[in-house]
Amino acid sequence: MDLALDLHRFHFAFTITFHYLFVQLTLGLALLIFLLKTLALKTGEEHYNEAARFWAKIFAVNFALGVVTGIPMEFQFGTNWSRFSKAAGGVIGHTLAMEGLYAFFLESSFLGLLLFGEKILGRTGHWLAAMAVWLGSWLSGYLIVATNAWMQRPTGYRLGANGEIQLESWWSLVFNEWAFWQYTHTITGGVITGAFVMSGVGALYLLLKKHEEFARTFLRLGVTVGIIASIVALFPTGDQQGMLVARHQPATLAAMEAHFTTGEAAPMFILGQPDVERKKIDNPFLVPGMLSFITSKRWDAEVKGLDAFPQDQWPTHIPLLYYSFHIMVGLGTIFIAVMALSFLQLRRGRLFETRPLLWALLLAAPLPYVANTAGWMTAELGRQPWLIHGLMRTAEGSSAHVSSGNAMFTLLGFMGMYTLLLMLGLFMIWREIEHGPGGHAARESSAAPAPAVGD
Amino acid sequence: MLPILWFWIVAVMIAMYVVLDGFDLGAGIVHLAVAKTDEERRMVLRSIGPVWDGNEVWLLAGGGTLYFAFPPLYASSFSGFYLPLMMVLWLLILRGTSVEFRSHIRNAVWRPMWDVIFSLASTLLAVFFGAALGNVVRGVPLNKDGEFFLPLWTNFQPGADAGILDWYTILVGVFSLLTLTQHGALWVAHKTENAVQERSRRTARLAWYGVVLLTVVVTIASFSIQPKLAESFARWPAGYVFPALAVASLAGVFVFSRKGEDGKAFLASALYIVGMLTSVVFGVFPMVLPANSDPSLSLTIYNASAPEYGLRVGLGWYIPGALIAAGYFWFLYRRFAGKVRMEAEGY
Repeated sequence: MDLALDLHRFHFAFTITFHYLFVQLTLGLALLIFLLKTLALKTGEEHYNEAARFWAKIFAVNFALGVVTGIPMEFQFGTNWSRFSKAAGGVIGHTLAMEGLYAFFLESSFLGLLLFGEKILGRTGHWLAAMAVWLGSWLSGYLIVATNAWMQRPTGYRLGANGEIQLESWWSLVFNEWAFWQYTHTITGGVITGAFVMSGVGALYLLLKKHEEFARTFLRLGVTVGIIASIVALFPTGDQQGMLVARHQPATLAAMEAHFTTGEAAPMFILGQPDVERKKIDNPFLVPGMLSFITSKRWDAEVKGLDAFPQDQWPTHIPLLYYSFHIMVGLGTIFIAVMALSFLQLRRGRLFETRPLLWALLLAAPLPYVANTAGWMTAELGRQPWLIHGLMRTAEGSSAHVSSGNAMFTLLGFMGMYTLLLMLGLFMIWREIEHGPGGHAARESSAAPAPAVGD
Repeated sequence: MLPILWFWIVAVMIAMYVVLDGFDLGAGIVHLAVAKTDEERRMVLRSIGPVWDGNEVWLLAGGGTLYFAFPPLYASSFSGFYLPLMMVLWLLILRGTSVEFRSHIRNAVWRPMWDVIFSLASTLLAVFFGAALGNVVRGVPLNKDGEFFLPLWTNFQPGADAGILDWYTILVGVFSLLTLTQHGALWVAHKTENAVQERSRRTARLAWYGVVLLTVVVTIASFSIQPKLAESFARWPAGYVFPALAVASLAGVFVFSRKGEDGKAFLASALYIVGMLTSVVFGVFPMVLPANSDPSLSLTIYNASAPEYGLRVGLGWYIPGALIAAGYFWFLYRRFAGKVRMEAEGY
């Protein structure tokens, strides 16, 4: 039983983590492409259309991989978590079905028009297609986060006679307070990924001394959006999310910070290794009172430690949860620093000549992927041992009839297939970056110098 | 009342999925046979290019609707059909990847490789979906908690300890393959010209004979395996309208494809699929997943539906959402009407 449960958990964790690598770039690029199309419409400069076309091609590869890895997610609620689905499907089925009906149809219908419809739609029509793809992907994100938010903080339900969970208020499900802050924080994370990837490609081109006019556009847009998103990720969205965790999941907060003992003026550890067995932190590097301040805006407030909760309510992987949270926060701080310096230089008109900063932007481009993954691991590991916080334990939700052997078989299948998809995706995106923007105006003809999407 | 309404909504969504994704699966099945050169293969891909992704969304939207309206049915069937569903997912991944990535690189290894993957995945998906339908007709060994688990195969007999694949479900799988071959070939014929159109018409004509033969064989087999079918039609003779629709449409496919009216023949094929699916749905109603262990353990629309509040409030977002989605489809298919043009932007 335990082995099967662990496999079901890892099955979902692996497939969702992989899926989200593509989703976060989709969320960010959808906005950035819309902004490029808006600039093109306002200035009338073909340059911005050309830039939008280049990113739309990368978006298309990334989006396709997001779609094919996303389909298994909806299936797995039933295949691997049938007891959870049977109990809670009447509630979270709403947000999941709404995603299909409102967001997927919107995205799938307009993506084709964004990619191939530039001529038939005209300037304004094509701009609207870009907006539809942007709104569709962000709406999709909201409905998924609302689903997760209900599992983090269930609202608008009551328990039936046989313990089944019944929806009582659709409004509280869809407009959960938790969903609002989790969503804004998650979306901001996606925008950070998009902004860093765009800036990173711009920096790469400048360092290589090619496509320099496009590179400057990518950097201007990427850095401007990047500094805003990096700050919003910390305040207000990250801050508010932290307060919600402190209020509704106090045991999780204690575990995230490896705060073993209840006390006033609780410190925050910047570095250090939690020793759960001995209930202490090795090699601590801390800011006194910071945890108290973050959770209640008072430096001397009391913060409950893990000792205030029975051990069967502690998250099951405390060290991993602690590291996930600290990696996310640490990288978020680095993002603010890199983007603030870049933005400063951009305002002074010197960014394009500041080679160390261009190098920093290039090397930082993969880091938002790590930060976003760590952020979701914090949310999901932090919810443990609950599947629905306070209502259903993770051990009670898996498919009882799917054996460990069958779960292992499909887990290995996904691992193999996703390894191939990752290589394929990196290869296809690298080809587009290598080829660079420009030269796609006559995309419909096979006379284009290199193969194109429209080929 | 509400469970019946939602039951028909889910049934219509699944029928939409089979009719719409059915033709692009069918295009994949005939891909290698009707298109020989790279130019021709791009033509087939372009005939489904802008719509296949949206067609597939009906599977997700239908699955999501099933999830919230009938949670126990979703939970039971998805975990019980664990292995074949996972394989369907892998095939969907391979198929989507091959459509999207094939034409990025012009290369004598790259493109033929994806062509074969695309066609093979489409073919296997058609067989798997048919076998799944066969399982729903035959029934599964539900226990008292409304759960079951089926291995892929046991002794290939549709008895009490049957696997997912037995001779009956394999037969339905082959039937589904032929039906979608005809459906896809008619679509490609409707969207293309010259050699590809000619080959597609020939494929559709050949497939038609197989479809007629298997319609008879599968109907006889189904009535002998699932006694509930005969019971339903005897009790409500009005239900004969569904098989009558299927038979008339199948005759329509023959007439229109002889006349070279591919578009009408395609629509007749779509109605044939709808007629067959509604016949099955009517035949097993009100069961949604029959138990072949003990019929009283079957999942029905009454014991598998969500509570009333959820079903009622669901109508509030479902109706506008479905209307908007229908609007997108109308817009997309209108933009995309007529023969495939190779000079436009696309795959």
